[in-house]
Amino acid sequence: MDLRVIKALLMKYMFVCSRNSFRAMDVFFWPLMDLFVWGFLSIYMLKVSHALPSLITFLIGATILWNVLYRAQHAVSVMFLEDVWSRNLLNIFVAPIKTSEYVGAAYFMGLVQSVVVMVLLGIAAAAFYQFNLFQLGIGLAILFANLMLMGCWLGLLTTGFILRWGPPAEALAWAVPFLIQPISGVFYPISVLPVWIQPLAKVFPSSYIFEGMREMLTTGSTAPHYLWCAFILNVVYMIATGFLFRYFLQEARKMGFLAKYAA
Amino acid sequence: MSNNVMEVRALRKEFGSSVAVENVSFEVRKGEILGLLGANGAGKSTTLFMLLGLITPSSGSIRVFDKDLQTNRVEILQRMNFASSYQCLPYNLKVWENLHVFSEIYRVENGKRKAVELLDMFELTHLRNKMTGSLSSGEQTRLNLCKALLSDPDLLLLDEPTASLDPDLADKVRKILLELQRQNGMTIVNTSHNMADVHELCDRILFMRKGNVIAEGTTAEILDKFASTSLEEVFIAIARS
Repeated sequence: MDLRVIKALLMKYMFVCSRNSFRAMDVFFWPLMDLFVWGFLSIYMLKVSHALPSLITFLIGATILWNVLYRAQHAVSVMFLEDVWSRNLLNIFVAPIKTSEYVGAAYFMGLVQSVVVMVLLGIAAAAFYQFNLFQLGIGLAILFANLMLMGCWLGLLTTGFILRWGPPAEALAWAVPFLIQPISGVFYPISVLPVWIQPLAKVFPSSYIFEGMREMLTTGSTAPHYLWCAFILNVVYMIATGFLFRYFLQEARKMGFLAKYAA
Repeated sequence: MSNNVMEVRALRKEFGSSVAVENVSFEVRKGEILGLLGANGAGKSTTLFMLLGLITPSSGSIRVFDKDLQTNRVEILQRMNFASSYQCLPYNLKVWENLHVFSEIYRVENGKRKAVELLDMFELTHLRNKMTGSLSSGEQTRLNLCKALLSDPDLLLLDEPTASLDPDLADKVRKILLELQRQNGMTIVNTSHNMADVHELCDRILFMRKGNVIAEGTTAEILDKFASTSLEEVFIAIARS
């Protein structure tokens, strides 16, 4: 991998973002709105029902961490889509760029956006709801790392789908995370799900991440069982997605999709 | 080591039941300018995209710089570049930003100096801070050429390099390409419908029809073979045959 090439790809994306306010909204506006909606909803529920005060903690913590995962996935997908929308895909694929360099740049962008979102929402949660995200300590770092990993391979998977199935699949860049959100126990424990769905939840690292988050907030422990399960699954999926992406790229070359998308 | 920069053998490409390229074989010699001509649908673009590694052939082989393209793609692409009048650089970057990004991607030494030289050569210096999307089609064509020449490629692939250019600019661009080719020994493969381009630039021409090369040679040889006095007449005769 040549860092100079990765730096060039990141520079290109930063030039685009610097004059596209909608890209800035992805990182600043939508996550904050999410936090405000869920935060004020949980305060309301506390007032009108006998919900436990920990409900606010769980919902706000879940909202922040869900946005970390979502932004990582979104950043990876949108970096590719920007090349599609600006009709730059052909220039990229006839340039001496390795797949690992292209993916590496996208993953780095996912990391940067996730860090920005986590810090922004952490500050907002403290200001509006007196919720201290950083009370999780080292556990937060491990949760963040797992969320990042999951967001990255989900983003690569989405990009692979778009490569293989073309413009009609672009909506997946926004939709894919929400396919797994309901069964990942983001805002509620997995035990709330119908019994027949619960085994499916075990397939996703996100289920362990959010169960782990709730255990950390409740008991103060680092929830090692959950975090190790999440990490192992993430590594497996990361490797599998890498192979799948290569396969989709090969198929796109065979079927002439790269040339077609660039037209 | 062969004197051929590129060797194409029995290239074939099928898309489902449709055959875009049936059986194409040719060599590109070092330092020559090869023209790839043919009517719409002849298979030129598909051939060109296979030479760029954008499309995987169904069968056949492509060797560039004595290396197989499929297994040495990135290494070969480092020494190649491409410009097309039908492709744009990212519209949402400024002219100089685009050239800066691509000079880094191609690992160009003194990329900024090279970009300044090329902008001057193609009369685009006054546009360096303009958004690429706001350029006219002729200006975008010239910017594409700037990007393609940033890396001093050993092999340059051009797709209609002077389309969208008025006769004056087209003539200037042809002369620039010839001068650069003479200075650097660059090899060029050029697809074009512009017979002035072909006549002035190309050392050798390949005519394609229905996915096959049906005529090959210098302009004089082609004209002699078809007993014609103009390449345009030959083109039309082949297209209508």
